[in-house]
Amino acid sequence: MTSRETIRVGAGAGTSDDRMVPALELAERGDIDYLVFECLAERTVSRENLARSKDANLGYAPSLHARLRLVLPACIRKGIRIVSNMGAANPLGGARATRKEAADLGLGDVPVAVVLGDDVSSIVKHRPGLKLIENGEPLESILPTMISANAYLGADVVCEALNTGAPIVLSGRVADPSLFLAPMLHEFGWAHDDLPKIAQGTAAGHLLECTASVTGGCFGWPGKKDVPDLARNGYPFADVKADGSVVIGKTPGTGGRLDVMTCTEQLIYEIHDPTAYITPDCVLDITGISLRQEAPDRVRVEGARARPRTETYKVNVGYADGYIGEGEVSYGGIDAVERAKWAAEIVKERLKLQGFTYDDFRVDLIGMSSLHDRVEIRPQPYEVRLRMAGRTRERKAAHAIGFEVRAMHMHGPGGAGGACEPRVRDVLAVKSVLLPKNLVNAQVVVEGSL
Amino acid sequence: MSVRVYDLAHARAGDKGNTSNISIICYDAKHWGFLSRELTPERVMDAFKHIAKGPVTRYPLRNLKAFNFVIENALGGGVTISLAQDIHGKSLSNVMLAIELPDP
Repeated sequence: MTSRETIRVGAGAGTSDDRMVPALELAERGDIDYLVFECLAERTVSRENLARSKDANLGYAPSLHARLRLVLPACIRKGIRIVSNMGAANPLGGARATRKEAADLGLGDVPVAVVLGDDVSSIVKHRPGLKLIENGEPLESILPTMISANAYLGADVVCEALNTGAPIVLSGRVADPSLFLAPMLHEFGWAHDDLPKIAQGTAAGHLLECTASVTGGCFGWPGKKDVPDLARNGYPFADVKADGSVVIGKTPGTGGRLDVMTCTEQLIYEIHDPTAYITPDCVLDITGISLRQEAPDRVRVEGARARPRTETYKVNVGYADGYIGEGEVSYGGIDAVERAKWAAEIVKERLKLQGFTYDDFRVDLIGMSSLHDRVEIRPQPYEVRLRMAGRTRERKAAHAIGFEVRAMHMHGPGGAGGACEPRVRDVLAVKSVLLPKNLVNAQVVVEGSL
Repeated sequence: MSVRVYDLAHARAGDKGNTSNISIICYDAKHWGFLSRELTPERVMDAFKHIAKGPVTRYPLRNLKAFNFVIENALGGGVTISLAQDIHGKSLSNVMLAIELPDP
């Protein structure tokens, strides 16, 4: 624990595919102490588990290399500590890759603290009776094709990793806001039951976890919600004090906007009951929060409340669930929509004639009804793209959809153009269970010498 | 005469599993009471009945001059298995903004 009065925690990624340059700008010009990269979507860990099963060195976020190559020199030079869940399904492998990147960049021997224990597949395997949150069925129902099971760990174990002094902390599954809360616990020594502070820190983490969503990304609307210089939008940070006060800001000299409107949208984002946003660290209540514009691009956050953390971790269970096949083809001009609809009927009949069946099937008229349905009330567009998709146990049946849609070029209504190649992808489905925390062995190991 | 939600509020959609949550945030706090009266869960369910099975729950956030609408069974089974193009339902906030309400 240091004696700093204020720390600045920056957000460097909100998804594995997030833009990277704004993270570098934040490291270079944002005067930050910590840079957090949140890189795991719901099914990322399952996908990376499959990668690891093919090559034991893989299984961490593939974007780790490019991201670290870009930001590591600035972070090491300025003493900015990195916290990230880019370890995905193989945090140790990710740590080794990180150390190699650092060495290749001429930064020397950089130790990495690794958070382990989120992989609970061997624990849940022996508890087939655990109830799936989504449908109440026993875990047993998806165990035969289970690929991964990972608990959302909390800020406590990430804080422990920071306590080692390693400049970089790498984890697998950790709840998004917890990655941001951890540096606050580490710096200020907040106890887990100091709820007003844990609440403020968690709210700050939630505001930062989607990076540009609070600085004008996913927000703008011409003439209604204008965003200046969106092409050069910057990433946000939180200035946090030991007493739990929080102000959100963004990299100086970047585009975008950070104000009460952008912060409100992000604050409510992906929250269900706003009095009970459950994280591993607390049960956050955002209904008392007020946001205040304190200066240009600076918003103060006050009034977060929380109840004590629960006794369980949420565990995401990834499992194989068949295949999704899809195909697309376009029609334009007179009667474009009628021809597209006719084509859809022909494809469906041909799939049926071949004996293929689907658990779920969908026909979209892109340009008309692919997003919000209700084709019957939509105006007719000049051109339309037919998309057909189905989910099935059989790879062959999945492939046949795109194959038959493409065949509309030669075997369908007149004037079909631009069909795509047939597409098939493995379905990595995710369901969740709650696991008592005392069954989970969250721990820290250090790769390299401190 | 009628007014669209779009005229009074902005919105963002998020996802968790097969559930969509859509925030509705008033541009001006004075419209919160009107939306509280008129933008009922029933009205929202009606606008989404072609997309979602529901139910719809509305949570008030008076401090933030906002509401959070939680729409269940809305995302084609959830992001990991959905056949939709917009698997996260990010565009669903626009269904909400297009809802017409009686003129205040």
